[in-house]
Amino acid sequence: MDTLDLSRRHFLSVTLAAGGALAVGLKAHANVDSAPQRLSAFITVAPDNTVTIRARMPEIGQGIKTGLAMIIAEELDADWSKVIVETAPVDEKTFGPQFAGGSMSTPTSYDAMRRAGAAVRAMFVGAASETWSVPAGELTVSKAVVIHARSGRTLTYGQLVARAAGVPAPDLRTVTLKDPRDFRIVGHAHGGVDSPRIVTGRPIFGIDTTVPGMRYAVLARPPVYGARLKSADLDAVKKLPGVTHAFTLHGTGDLHGLRDSVAIVATSWWLAKSARDQLKAEWDDAIGAPHDSAVYRAQAETLLKGKGTAVKTKDDIAAGLARAAKTVEAVYDVPFIPHVTLEPQNCTAAPTKDGGLEIWAPSQTPGGGKSLVASALGIPEDRITVHMVRAGGGFGRRLENDYMLEAAAVAKTANVPVKLLWSREDDVAYDYFRPGHMHALKAGLDADGHIDAYYAHGVTYSRDGKVAQGAGITPHDLPYLVADNFTLEQSTIETTAQTGYLRAPSSNGLAFVHESFLDEIAHAAEKDPLDYRLAMIDHAIAHLPAGDKPGYDLSRARTVLSALRECCGWDGRGGLPKGTALGVATYFSHRGYFAEAAKVRVDADGTWRVLKVWVAGDVGSIIVNPSAARNQVEGSVIDGIGALRQEITFEKGRAAQTNFTEIPMMRMSDAPQVDVHFVQSDNPPTGLGEPALPPVLPAVCNAIFAATGIRVRRLPLLPEALKTA
Amino acid sequence: MKLTVNGKTYERDLPEDMPLLWVLRDELDLKGTKYGCGVAQCGACTVHLDGSPVRACITPVGTVGDAAVTTIEAISETPQGKALQAAWLELDVMQCGYCQAGQIMSAQALLRDTPKPTDADIDAAMDGNLCRCATYTRIRAAIKTAAGLPATDMREA
Ligand code: FES
Ligand code: FES
Repeated sequence: MDTLDLSRRHFLSVTLAAGGALAVGLKAHANVDSAPQRLSAFITVAPDNTVTIRARMPEIGQGIKTGLAMIIAEELDADWSKVIVETAPVDEKTFGPQFAGGSMSTPTSYDAMRRAGAAVRAMFVGAASETWSVPAGELTVSKAVVIHARSGRTLTYGQLVARAAGVPAPDLRTVTLKDPRDFRIVGHAHGGVDSPRIVTGRPIFGIDTTVPGMRYAVLARPPVYGARLKSADLDAVKKLPGVTHAFTLHGTGDLHGLRDSVAIVATSWWLAKSARDQLKAEWDDAIGAPHDSAVYRAQAETLLKGKGTAVKTKDDIAAGLARAAKTVEAVYDVPFIPHVTLEPQNCTAAPTKDGGLEIWAPSQTPGGGKSLVASALGIPEDRITVHMVRAGGGFGRRLENDYMLEAAAVAKTANVPVKLLWSREDDVAYDYFRPGHMHALKAGLDADGHIDAYYAHGVTYSRDGKVAQGAGITPHDLPYLVADNFTLEQSTIETTAQTGYLRAPSSNGLAFVHESFLDEIAHAAEKDPLDYRLAMIDHAIAHLPAGDKPGYDLSRARTVLSALRECCGWDGRGGLPKGTALGVATYFSHRGYFAEAAKVRVDADGTWRVLKVWVAGDVGSIIVNPSAARNQVEGSVIDGIGALRQEITFEKGRAAQTNFTEIPMMRMSDAPQVDVHFVQSDNPPTGLGEPALPPVLPAVCNAIFAATGIRVRRLPLLPEALKTA
Repeated sequence: MKLTVNGKTYERDLPEDMPLLWVLRDELDLKGTKYGCGVAQCGACTVHLDGSPVRACITPVGTVGDAAVTTIEAISETPQGKALQAAWLELDVMQCGYCQAGQIMSAQALLRDTPKPTDADIDAAMDGNLCRCATYTRIRAAIKTAAGLPATDMREA
């Protein structure tokens, strides 16, 4: 995705809005000659000195609504305690990409938000300089007050609004930015701007949306993926209490499109859902028969015995393996797992007079949802308005907009405003699961323990003959980067299940595979697993061409590993009690470098518990909001430990698990202490939604090996596998 | 049917088996109580009946009777609720925030019965409340802060 590069594509557009407020919007250069667009104010300063900032990204719990506003407020020199943060409308022409995914909100916005804030500050300084006829250079700003120290005069931004509107907007390319050492807001911990409303139970989530005349909708979706509806007794359903509409929606077979389903609209959600429980429908579900986890496993085992299609090869792996002083081999197995955002999928949609729709959606990609609705329902995009609503978790599930399309289709067909809400069972059944995979690995080591040859064959999934969404395998893990030669092959198994992106997609599974196997290699080479990683990185930096490490700065990986070694008590680990041990792993994903150590206790009955996790991470020069940043890291680590225990299995084309009764979740008593250290480096700041998660899985499994001698190669990690007595 | 919620009496014509959760959210427009599972597994719907925490998603409204229902919207009226909300903000507990109403409702009942909870008390009282964003370390610290205890996690580590 593109960075929002304000300097090339946008200029500031300044107007005096209602009540005499200064409203600063952004306009794209590309639109200068086209019809004038509606100005969406980005920063508004009112005569009473209130500053309103619009947050352009969807808020899913990653704290971006607060973080982006802090960046603007910093350069604007606003008084943070008086800043109001509002969610921006979905308008990508004005605000640039509005997207919460890939930990990209911070890296794609940081520079742009700074420039926008600095430009507006410069206008107020210009206005004061005109008012007092003093050079701008003699003026300073503190908390939205312009100060002329020499004469002791001050003017608030509010007092300067009218004059500032007449000051030419500075060029965003050349506007002066602060020295980060002078930051007063960015780099300091701030609570989330919505938090006071959360702790008092205000209705701010998608599920809380209410619009006049609204009805409630549920859908009966195919009991088996891809099943077609043969018949449904709609008349019987329509007679049930509260039901106002019942009709069928025709599925398209597309992963992101509508599924064959029966829509039931009622005067309350409970009545709609109760009616669905009584619906008599017949489905052609023959398509599901061959889709069973046991069948998938047998297929994977057969495929792993052969060769896959080469994804990427570097140099001569056969020779490397042939001359190896030692070879290490293993098969790793990663299951499908769900997202289960705590707020189930939902969306509210209302038909508009012009034949369009107004939509309120807790989506990570609201703009994408708008396009999907437009194309699927044949409504021109300019007749669809989408509002971003706070989402009760995202984790990648809300990169999809299937719930938005469903709500839109129901509202359009019934021609009434509806809130569509998925039950938890709906949410599990029609998740876009993190796909499973199996890996056969082989490493050939030279006499010094260097990886001369690294071979991986990954069996992953396809849907309709193409590699399934989120199921691609790439050679970007550390062992590939430090190996002198490597080959990655891939094979696929066809599935009907929906797959997609889960927090730290692909890395969340591949980290477990390759960082656990790297631990095996270190032990085979009779080396300390942390020092071995450092030595491999040094070897790669010294001997391997830089071109083999796309986007991966091995020296940053080295720095976080060294920092981790210092903080986690690595050298004292020999003194830990029997059954308790430390394990280590490192991973680079989503532009962030993380090294983590887990201390795990394993009891004789196989019960395991993570006692503490140490984290050293490098996400660049500035941690925008240290409180939110630590929260993300703590959450990622605990989430990653939870992922070790989960599994979705399929039985005849449907998920066997239905609710939290069958999906183990991390709970209060499971959550370990997390000790977070940020290593600040001279690099642009990057996001934290994801990169702290992947290394914790192998760190825990490597600790289990150190504690018990049992190597975890298959997830979920069940106590039975770790029983020693 | 008569229902007393947050000190206010409501008269509504409702099916007896409708869960209290949906009555609160959709009939009385009190949306602070959340739906997460419908089967008493997540705690997002935690409310108090005469002061005791219950899962509103499995509580048929017909069984509530005269019991006083308290929801997140009114928990600040208790000293523990007020202290918990303040601690939640001070420690910046929230990520997505969706579970937090239920967390605070469970924590309030804990502190009312056990004003100085140990880590084991916290585990026992809070294990029924999922936080998918895994803000557990901060929830633990915030409960202790609200109780006037040092926020340090004293469990084996
Ligand atoms: S919704 Fe009631 S416990 Fe989950
Ligand atoms: S803060 Fe998101 S579920 Fe708890």
